[in-house]
Amino acid sequence: MTSDSHALHSDTHDHGHDDHGGAAHGSLKSYLIGFGLSVILTAIPFWLVMTGAIADKAVTALIVLVLAAVQIVVHMIYFLHMNTRSENGWTMMAMIFTVIMVVIALTGSLWVMHHLNINMMPMHDMSQMP
Amino acid sequence: MSVATTITTQDSEPIFHVVDEHDHPEGASTMLGFWIYLMSDCLIFAMLFATYGVLGGNYAAGPSPKDLFDLKLVALNTTMLLLSSITYGFAMLTMEKSKIGQTQLWLAITGLFGLAFLGIELTEFAHMIHEGATPQRSAFLSSFFTLVGTHGLHVTFGLVWLVTLMVQTARFGLTTANRRRLMCLSMFWHFLDVVWIGVFTFVYLLGMLR
Repeated sequence: MTSDSHALHSDTHDHGHDDHGGAAHGSLKSYLIGFGLSVILTAIPFWLVMTGAIADKAVTALIVLVLAAVQIVVHMIYFLHMNTRSENGWTMMAMIFTVIMVVIALTGSLWVMHHLNINMMPMHDMSQMP
Repeated sequence: MSVATTITTQDSEPIFHVVDEHDHPEGASTMLGFWIYLMSDCLIFAMLFATYGVLGGNYAAGPSPKDLFDLKLVALNTTMLLLSSITYGFAMLTMEKSKIGQTQLWLAITGLFGLAFLGIELTEFAHMIHEGATPQRSAFLSSFFTLVGTHGLHVTFGLVWLVTLMVQTARFGLTTANRRRLMCLSMFWHFLDVVWIGVFTFVYLLGMLR
């Protein structure tokens, strides 16, 4: 039964271990490593912002963003079991495509709208009011 | 001519039944299909993040993130979701060993953490709305409630799905189909945790720094 269900989750027919199937489950160790890293990567940004340990807000924001990016990768590897082999690499292809779309949409929107805001006629600027 | 065609079809009939159809067991492509669904869901969230990024500073003289957000509550919420992620992982590990009772137990614990997350989030929303910070108040709040609300809605449906699968597992056991469904929900649940990383970083932490 166990090996049966495994064969379902991967195109490779000759495997029986957890670590070969793309969508297969991780081991207890990998889940605990992922959890430990996530706790650390969550605690640091919250601590930085809540205590204001770094005076410069731009630096804090940058660190927070980098830690979030790292944590997303940690989740992808340890919880979602992403790798380049699963489904003959198609999950990775789908993800790379999505990441490209997300980056274009996010940076494009923010960039265009930022410049629109800058080039607006100076009107009553609500955001500057207390 | 027509006779010849008929004969050919009859002779080579097995060839016309493409072998591919029977080569893959039922559900062989489900995981990839579900992954592609998750990626499309990811695009939905990307659009909502972009909207929040554009409108997040437009307070319309209303409350700003600093007036509204309580980071301690958000940290608690993040902990709930993170714990539910690891407990779902344990459920997957026990499912692997075909221990149905333990799997159900871990799934139930996951569900409770999910409920706690939703409860805290709804408390936060209720508190904000009570203070007059409704979605209609400003563009910032409209985009905030849309983004965070959509995530909350996903968690809600994840919980409905979780309960459904627990009933399914209780009735039919850890069948191949149920294992596959539980793995799909596993990906969904972990994916929601990934989206939440984006939410607490962009909305809450960067909002407080603004």
